[in-house]
Amino acid sequence: MSNKKTFFEPIIHNNPVTIQILGICSALAVTTQLKPSLVMGIAVTVIIAMSSLIVSLIRSFIPKKIRIIVEMTIIATMVILVDQILRAYMFDVSKQLSVFVGLIITNCIVLGRLEGFALINKPIPSILDGIGNGIGYSLILVVVGAGREILGAGTLMGYSVIPQSLYNAGYENNGLMVLAPGAFILLGLIVWLQRAVTGHYEEE
Amino acid sequence: MLEMLSLGIKSVFVENILLAYFLGMCSFLAVSKKVTTAIGLGFAVVFVMAITTPVNWLAHEYLLKAGALSWLGSQFSEVDLSYLNYIAFIAVIAAMVQIAEMAIEKISMKLYTALGIFLPLITVNCAILGVSLFMIERKYTLGQSTVFGVSSGIGWMLAIIAMAAIREKLKYSNVPKPLRGLGITMLLTGLIAMAFMTFSGINI
Repeated sequence: MSNKKTFFEPIIHNNPVTIQILGICSALAVTTQLKPSLVMGIAVTVIIAMSSLIVSLIRSFIPKKIRIIVEMTIIATMVILVDQILRAYMFDVSKQLSVFVGLIITNCIVLGRLEGFALINKPIPSILDGIGNGIGYSLILVVVGAGREILGAGTLMGYSVIPQSLYNAGYENNGLMVLAPGAFILLGLIVWLQRAVTGHYEEE
Repeated sequence: MLEMLSLGIKSVFVENILLAYFLGMCSFLAVSKKVTTAIGLGFAVVFVMAITTPVNWLAHEYLLKAGALSWLGSQFSEVDLSYLNYIAFIAVIAAMVQIAEMAIEKISMKLYTALGIFLPLITVNCAILGVSLFMIERKYTLGQSTVFGVSSGIGWMLAIIAMAAIREKLKYSNVPKPLRGLGITMLLTGLIAMAFMTFSGINI
């Protein structure tokens, strides 16, 4: 597979969230607003890229039997680094993301890419695959985050986007979108749309 | 006592770890196709959560948090290892899952074969790590943490069994092709989450 394909495929056609069904937990939990979704997307992209690179560099020295523990330790180290940086420079966002930064450790995307790609490929394709999957994940996060913020609170990045005349005409914010069920339903609809466009079907 | 009961009921129904905090979605989506496997995995999760939450509490209280090492002598009272939380917790969880696996294999071969591959996979179930992180963030005591761990596990089991039962019936209905699999499961989870929201008025 060429480097270009490795990089672009996970963004739409093999999207980690909607096609590979990985990393759903955090894709829903942090997306009540656009800003934390963006920060989370960037954090996960950095973590996948860095841990893919490290695992790929040492892939021939990792014994098969203990590889999960080695991978978990590398991921956890990366997550601690990102968490400390967020706390130092973006404290309010870090408070908003709360435990979900730590939960990137158990985000299946990271472990899935390490197991499925970085362990058997050279460093350059691995880092491209990591960044591609990170962007694919961020894309879903941003769409869900923007949708929930506009429908649920009528704002985007904190600025109000729904014109006052609509409210005067009787429009109201849908409070359900901010709560858990709204996230599930919105992601379900995005999956439906995305699969109808790309033609990926799942047989039950 | 009443306070413990209230915390237990709250974490099973009102703040269900899966339906309100989106934790443990990956295995929830992957293993909710048959009721029998869902019940097996549900019990395994309850078991592991009941052990790891108090153990992680002890590790945080006496080893990791700021000043926790003061029992070693006054020169250690300044040490703050709380940035090691993530690595320590994931190590405890992996070790506990391993021990649980060995114990179940010794005690009941029948249960061991029934759980099969799902037992080791509990390590990367984000609900387990999530419960430990929430317990630190909400500053629970040892007793509260244990109740929180057990009842979160029960809540997760309840959700996965309900979903498995619905999906068994869903086989006979004609779902639009792109919506099959992940899409319809997300929409259904949204509806279940909405049903669970009706518990939120309950106060004990």
